[in-house]
Amino acid sequence: MDQDTIMSRLTDLFRNMFDDDALILTPDTTAGDVPGWDSMAHIALMVEAEQRFGVKFQTVEMEELSNVGEFAALLHHKIGDETRAR
Amino acid sequence: MELARPIPDQSAPWSAAVVAPARPGLNWLPPPPADWGARLRAAADWAELTALARYRLDALATLRLDRRMRAIFDDTPPDGAVAARVAVLASSTAEHLSPSLRVGLARHGIWACVHTGAYGCYAQELLDEGGALQAFRPDTVLFALDARHVAAWSGPNGSGPGEAGPNGAGSNGAGPNGTRPNGARPEGDEAAGAESGILHRLTGQWRRARDTLGAHVVQQTLLPVFPRLMGNNEHRLPAGQASLVERLNARLRDLADREGVDLLAADVWAARDGIAAWYDPALWHRAKQEVHPGAAPLYGDLLARLVAARRGRAKKCLVLDLDNTCWGGTIGDDGLDGIQLGPGSAMGEAFSGFQTYARDLSRRGVILAVCSKNDAANALEPFECHPGMVLRRDDIACFAANWTDKATNLRDIAARLNIGLDSLVFADDNPAERDLIRRELPEVAVPELPEDPALFAGTIADAGYFESLGLTAEDQARTGQYRANLAREVAKTEATGLESFLRDLDMELRWSRWHRDGLKRIVQLTGKTNQFNLTAQRLDEAAVLDLIQDENALTLSLRLLDRFGDNGIAGLIAGRFDAAGKDIVLDLWLMSCRVLGRGMEQAALNLAVAEAKRLGAERLIGIYRPSAKNGMVRDHYENLGFAPMGGGRWFLPVADVPARPVFMRIREG
Repeated sequence: MDQDTIMSRLTDLFRNMFDDDALILTPDTTAGDVPGWDSMAHIALMVEAEQRFGVKFQTVEMEELSNVGEFAALLHHKIGDETRAR
Repeated sequence: MELARPIPDQSAPWSAAVVAPARPGLNWLPPPPADWGARLRAAADWAELTALARYRLDALATLRLDRRMRAIFDDTPPDGAVAARVAVLASSTAEHLSPSLRVGLARHGIWACVHTGAYGCYAQELLDEGGALQAFRPDTVLFALDARHVAAWSGPNGSGPGEAGPNGAGSNGAGPNGTRPNGARPEGDEAAGAESGILHRLTGQWRRARDTLGAHVVQQTLLPVFPRLMGNNEHRLPAGQASLVERLNARLRDLADREGVDLLAADVWAARDGIAAWYDPALWHRAKQEVHPGAAPLYGDLLARLVAARRGRAKKCLVLDLDNTCWGGTIGDDGLDGIQLGPGSAMGEAFSGFQTYARDLSRRGVILAVCSKNDAANALEPFECHPGMVLRRDDIACFAANWTDKATNLRDIAARLNIGLDSLVFADDNPAERDLIRRELPEVAVPELPEDPALFAGTIADAGYFESLGLTAEDQARTGQYRANLAREVAKTEATGLESFLRDLDMELRWSRWHRDGLKRIVQLTGKTNQFNLTAQRLDEAAVLDLIQDENALTLSLRLLDRFGDNGIAGLIAGRFDAAGKDIVLDLWLMSCRVLGRGMEQAALNLAVAEAKRLGAERLIGIYRPSAKNGMVRDHYENLGFAPMGGGRWFLPVADVPARPVFMRIREG
């Protein structure tokens, strides 16, 4: 899955999570930029992303991600991991 | 679209280690429609919000719906809505459950205000006179204690005074088996003591909640989160945490019953879905969430069922479609021999299995009804004489088989049973019928039955429609009274219903004595009729001819016509005088399954009595000779007023047979 697809699917996830169809994500978007992105919402985002992208985050990966770019990179890395595992 | 469960990218390989486990889903609910999100944004009233809750919502959709509900109503109950105030007393993070609790209750038509105390402070809150918990005035208190928290009470400073006597201590670990490894015996005593201490402490908290808050107390059973130290035989290490959790969960059942506490059986659901679907160690370490957010929608629904059941809002009646729901195929087209039902095929067994579940529900107090698009006679036929049927006609309190639309029939069923439409669950394999009922009668619960009948029972069970607490004496008394009233009501409506059904059929019974013209047909019928056949007597042509020529023999051939047409010869009776010449012994009485339930037995008896009188007999003697297939007519003669003589024989003096009503014209011809 390429970076653009990941970003576009993340955008869809974020828009649903925060009920904001106008929400634009960039790699630099942080929790402070999105009203409602608190620690509980963050867990909900991770859990939903696991389901949508078919991955499982490890404990170390659950630690704070500082922005959307890191979130996307983590997903890209994990999906790549699984491809390599084949 | 936005809510559709994402299909994992098929190009990627999956292994158990890296893939998120499937979430426990609300599988009995229909998937959200494409416009669910648009409807959510437009939703402004309580009815629409509860309608939006009645879809297969995942955690994210649940969050969104909850946000919308709170934006509209905040802390003020909607006009006319039933309200609940739920306090969650949790030992770890529980805030992530609140949206699911509110949405779960909304699904059951209850608007809820949820209180979750400060993290880790539930015990203090419980003791705090005049504190936030008391000020909240909960009517329901949910103890959602994580397993680590409770297990820690067994530590050196944790356990309170033991409440169990020697029996309690001896019931675990220290059995008579002296060969247990690892010195399980003394350790077992110690573990049992710790266990009792924990239960004692729990009981104290329950009582506190009940007495100071006046609340309905619900205890979530412990999730089996601990890895096992020994393995399959973990119970031989009684002091181990995994073992402790299992025993506590077992003992919680009795204890909760004694204390009037209801359980939310998270352990049972985790066993069904797999603990990985309910608990993720990574989330525990990250956020102290013991219940996985993905399991929250189900968790919320489980609490909602308990709250709804406490308020008498559980469903009362399961309404069953017939074709492709209770059996495979269409009875009107495929006929009795063509439908799939019972042993012999996997599908047949699956349908029988579903019927068994429905029957077992009825035995524990759920009313059963039938709503089927069929000719009533066709619909009844399997109930009367298909060997694979588990459900009997008697199990069905209200039988609606006709060509009227199902919404009208469901209204009629509710009215006849004197219960609300919101007490009905309607099980139908046909998505179009389900859709129709959901639109026409949103109060009726309509499970999204999967295509495979093997999954019907599980789907209905998962939905928890008939959640039952049935604890107190008052509850039982109320149920009993309700049932008695219902039985009377049903008996009344059924009597008139059956009578009008029979009258509507416009039946005519044409009878004749046996005649050469019918010889071949008579031989054929005695040869192939197995179920409604009192003696299983097979007659060849010579035997039939012999009876035809015997002027002193009683022979009746019965042909039944109704508004749908001619059913052909539907009954045969034959008998001869015994040696003493006073009684006529009926060696043959058979009827076609197609005409059962029409009251034809009584009409046939009236004819037989008239013939016996004409022939000068004093009594009719009926014989029941059991065969592999004729169990259904075991009580045939008794039902007709014959008296038993023993040895499978019954007698009826012909002089004074009481006239009983028949709903058909009788004509010779």
